Amino acid sequence: MDYSQFLNMGQELSLLAVIIILFVADLFMCTDRKDGKGVLNTPLPVILLTIHTLFGIMPLVCPCAEACMGDVCVFGGMYQSNIMTIILKTILNVGTIIVFLTAHQWLKRPEMANKQGEYYMLTLSTLLGMYFMVSAGHFLMFFIGLELASVPMTALIAYSKNSQESAEASAKYILTALFSSGLMLYGISLIYGTTGTLYFDQIADKISSCDLTQIAALVLFVGGIGFKISLVPFHLWTADAYQGAPTPVTSYLSVISKGAAAFVLFTVLYKVFAPVIDNANLIFFWIIIFSITIANIFAVRQNNLKRFMAFSAISQAGYLVLGVMGATPQGMTAIVYYLLVYMAANLGVFLIISATEQNSDKINISDYNGFYKTNPKLAFLMTLALFSLAGIPPFAGFFSKFFMFMAAFKAGFQLLVFIALVNTVISLYYYLLIVKAMYINPNDNPIAAFKSDGYTKLGLFICTAGVVLIGIISWFYTYIDQFSYGL
Amino acid sequence: MNITIEHFLLLSALMLGAGMYGFFTRRNTLAILISIELILNAADLNFAAFNRLCDTAGLEGYLFTLFSIAISAAETAIAIAVMINIYRMLKSNLVDELDNLKW
Repeated sequence: MDYSQFLNMGQELSLLAVIIILFVADLFMCTDRKDGKGVLNTPLPVILLTIHTLFGIMPLVCPCAEACMGDVCVFGGMYQSNIMTIILKTILNVGTIIVFLTAHQWLKRPEMANKQGEYYMLTLSTLLGMYFMVSAGHFLMFFIGLELASVPMTALIAYSKNSQESAEASAKYILTALFSSGLMLYGISLIYGTTGTLYFDQIADKISSCDLTQIAALVLFVGGIGFKISLVPFHLWTADAYQGAPTPVTSYLSVISKGAAAFVLFTVLYKVFAPVIDNANLIFFWIIIFSITIANIFAVRQNNLKRFMAFSAISQAGYLVLGVMGATPQGMTAIVYYLLVYMAANLGVFLIISATEQNSDKINISDYNGFYKTNPKLAFLMTLALFSLAGIPPFAGFFSKFFMFMAAFKAGFQLLVFIALVNTVISLYYYLLIVKAMYINPNDNPIAAFKSDGYTKLGLFICTAGVVLIGIISWFYTYIDQFSYGL
Repeated sequence: MNITIEHFLLLSALMLGAGMYGFFTRRNTLAILISIELILNAADLNFAAFNRLCDTAGLEGYLFTLFSIAISAAETAIAIAVMINIYRMLKSNLVDELDNLKW
């Protein structure tokens, strides 16, 4: 065996190095030391992850990008990497850095002092799982990546050990996760039985829409991955897990794991299920309609802000999967671009929710009444992020939705685009409910003014820059577009 | 009597059905976990049977089974840890008690 193959997995290896360095560093930084004082270690993981991100984008910035970093395919095709996966992994990295910035204030609490280290370790393990999932070229690799991404997530959701809500959320998450991955495993076994192989490249020739067993496998696969993206028939865990989990974990769950799963769904549909793409389109047609509509209806009646963001995330996931329809190259660009924009806006909202929760322990929408009077800057930034989520023109969210609709329209799903457009209007209503609460609703006892720390400010700066600039600067879209592939 | 692939598939389909039935009807979290294990084992049985009777040249199915057993062990470990945590708080492991978060 040629061990130099490992060197082709640059990003995975460097992330593994980051995890090991943090693991060792945690030994010397936690409260178990002799003098009993923990070292606050947000800077270390953030710096390490930044270095890792810069290392990861090296193949993109070097002038011979196409030549020296074309399609990598190692271990007999089990691991595949190309420029698109590198772009996606970079987006996931940036998101994780922002989540770490969000988590700083929460980890600073006295009861968290002796368990900061595990938070970084678990988060980065799930990130590593998503890397493998994104680069998988074989169902075994895909399955291991998926489980590596979802098992540590349970521990993260249950992180507040003494909170009953956290425990309940994690129980609901792990039971549904196990059930869906069990069904997906059964689906994969049907694929293996009918085709005799598990390599993505070899399966496609042996799949046809006449074979009902393979259609069943497709359905079970969609069920498993739909759970990860939290599409509607499989979404029941989402709201509970989002509400019960600590806020930084919720923000990680809402963007990073969802984005990786949506991309994988696209690549698997394109590589494996290409011959039955019509059946897949039929499934996703209804899934998207239900995801967007039902989530929108439920979001209107929420009062807990995290639960509200959960339903908003389900509806955004419906838009995200719109790019999967037809599995066109344009759809892939739209997915990655949408993910980038959604990340900036959603993490921005969660930064503010988390900062407010840590400073005042308030999480309900009605608590935000009069937020503008006491914290005008935060209220303004939150408004920008919410406008972007709703898709109001000058902000990036408009452009991402536009490209997504364009991709689906060109693939020939006009009715679906129309329904999605109608739902955009409904979503505008409930996003504006929060803006109304902050600016207009009177409140005798609003959330007291507080100063957010440097990490939150840095995170908010990155997110706001993303929300304002990604849409206006066309470079982002054209750059992603030149590397996309599809049917 | 010859044991053919159909017998294995029938057994695994029964296990899958029993697991799904248990998952939806049981009220005890541990019983739910056992039901899920049935589903996972049904898939593992499928892999092993397909490998033994259809694809005798390769070892892909056996290997997948091996990995999936290891992964389900890890999942079970963390699920039981979660349930112990819940039991300490609620003094019960019935899913009916887990009703703080809803709607």
